Amino acid sequence: MRLALFGGILVACTCAIAGTFVVLRGLAFVGDALAHGVLPGIATAMLLGFSGILGAAVGAAVMMGGVSIVTRKFRLSGDTAIGLLFVGMLALGVMITSRSTSFVGDLARILFGELLGITSTDLAWQFIALVIVGLIAFVGRRPFLLLSVDDGLARTSGFSARLFHNVMLTMVAITVIASFQTVGTLLVLGMLIAPAATGSLFARRIESMMLIAALVGSLSTYIGLLLSYHYDLAAGASIVLTAVVIFAVSATANEIRKSRGHDHHDHEHPHIHGEIHV
Amino acid sequence: MTSIHASFLSVGYGKRPVVDNISLDMQPGELLVLIGTNGSGKSTLLKTLAGLINPMHGEVTLLGSTPGQLPTQVAYLPQHPVSSHTLPLCVQDVVAMGRFAHLGLFKRSTDADRQIVLESMKRTGIDSQANDPIRDLSGGQQQRTHLAQVLARQAEVLLLDEPTAGLDLNGRKAVADLIATERARGVTVVLATHELADAESADLVMLLAQRVVSLGAPVEALRDEYLRECFGFTQPH
Repeated sequence: MRLALFGGILVACTCAIAGTFVVLRGLAFVGDALAHGVLPGIATAMLLGFSGILGAAVGAAVMMGGVSIVTRKFRLSGDTAIGLLFVGMLALGVMITSRSTSFVGDLARILFGELLGITSTDLAWQFIALVIVGLIAFVGRRPFLLLSVDDGLARTSGFSARLFHNVMLTMVAITVIASFQTVGTLLVLGMLIAPAATGSLFARRIESMMLIAALVGSLSTYIGLLLSYHYDLAAGASIVLTAVVIFAVSATANEIRKSRGHDHHDHEHPHIHGEIHV
Repeated sequence: MTSIHASFLSVGYGKRPVVDNISLDMQPGELLVLIGTNGSGKSTLLKTLAGLINPMHGEVTLLGSTPGQLPTQVAYLPQHPVSSHTLPLCVQDVVAMGRFAHLGLFKRSTDADRQIVLESMKRTGIDSQANDPIRDLSGGQQQRTHLAQVLARQAEVLLLDEPTAGLDLNGRKAVADLIATERARGVTVVLATHELADAESADLVMLLAQRVVSLGAPVEALRDEYLRECFGFTQPH
């Protein structure tokens, strides 16, 4: 149980970093497609006895490359290209898994995760993923921020929009690969989006949005695991549902606070009271 | 050195030209005002100069380089800057993004960068809201913020697409003063606008109607026959 909690918190922190940019740049659908795109890779790896992480990496690479090619070569809109590959990869994954003798069990494990079966080796991989995602976000923070506003702003600031968009997708893919064992490919999107969306309600800076997202994700992991333990519920689903409920409660409370005019406090102090961050 | 040079330049999207045969030369400190109706090609020309779309034909250079090659020396304000409601950014953060071209990926910001950001906010009159979330500001305040971001670039060429959109009279006057100050320190400005009044202080005016109707000094380029061709009416005398 302690390993599961540590694993969940590592995933929550990784998802907080990547999820912040997924929310800001509006990449939820791409994130969803990547999460499902890894399914055939994982299924193939499991059938052949390879590491699921390796299979997920190959699946994510195929998905990212496919989206890029279909969008550019076939003149389809991004969401159509992503949708086509998304269902195609999902169907392929289910077909491959159906060759397994324990079809239902394997599919459920991939889609919904197996947090309680996490090992110390898995924890080490998740920690490495957290470090890599953190480094990518730190190095790419300026172009990522510009891309979150507008591709044109990034380009006129001297950053390649295509390159850094792909770097951002790679960061999301690493997060998905590192997280699938914890919450599964079906629910990882919830951990990417719900805590970051909660952060966006209250944060005034990207860093604080990530911090709030990490706290919400970690709290969701703790509460979700408690619910799972006491009521014999699926751990991954309990964690993600908790994160979504926290978002719903936070958004409602935020709206009530605004409607009561309690957020006018800052406007009463129209002077520069913080250090300028560049 | 010539700030902006274009010869027989055609701009457009894909294979569809919007404006053909643009030829002009601008020196440091000059102001070119682009005037025309919606769809006349003003924004397309500015995007081409900013390096966001490729020229279809002809030649164009800014400060001796092709568009998009000098991000620290050329700043562009789009027609509708994005102020996403999901972005958790306050005004000073948005303005500070104007320094990113100078800082690149790895350079750490210095006190000088922070001073430039502060000065830019003061110049557009948005410094009193430096810590306010941009998503909570009015359209005019957001426009002042984006203008401050462009100023923070400290560029030698400013490409401004309708910078006074959404601004009140005071805001318009402030923008006119800003442009005059920038020109005085040798900055070349290209300004797209619907307002004929903006052309009064220009060195060059280009009337556009999906082609160059006229190009020259204001008194020459804004002659009645050109205005009638461009807008279907003339200005009162």
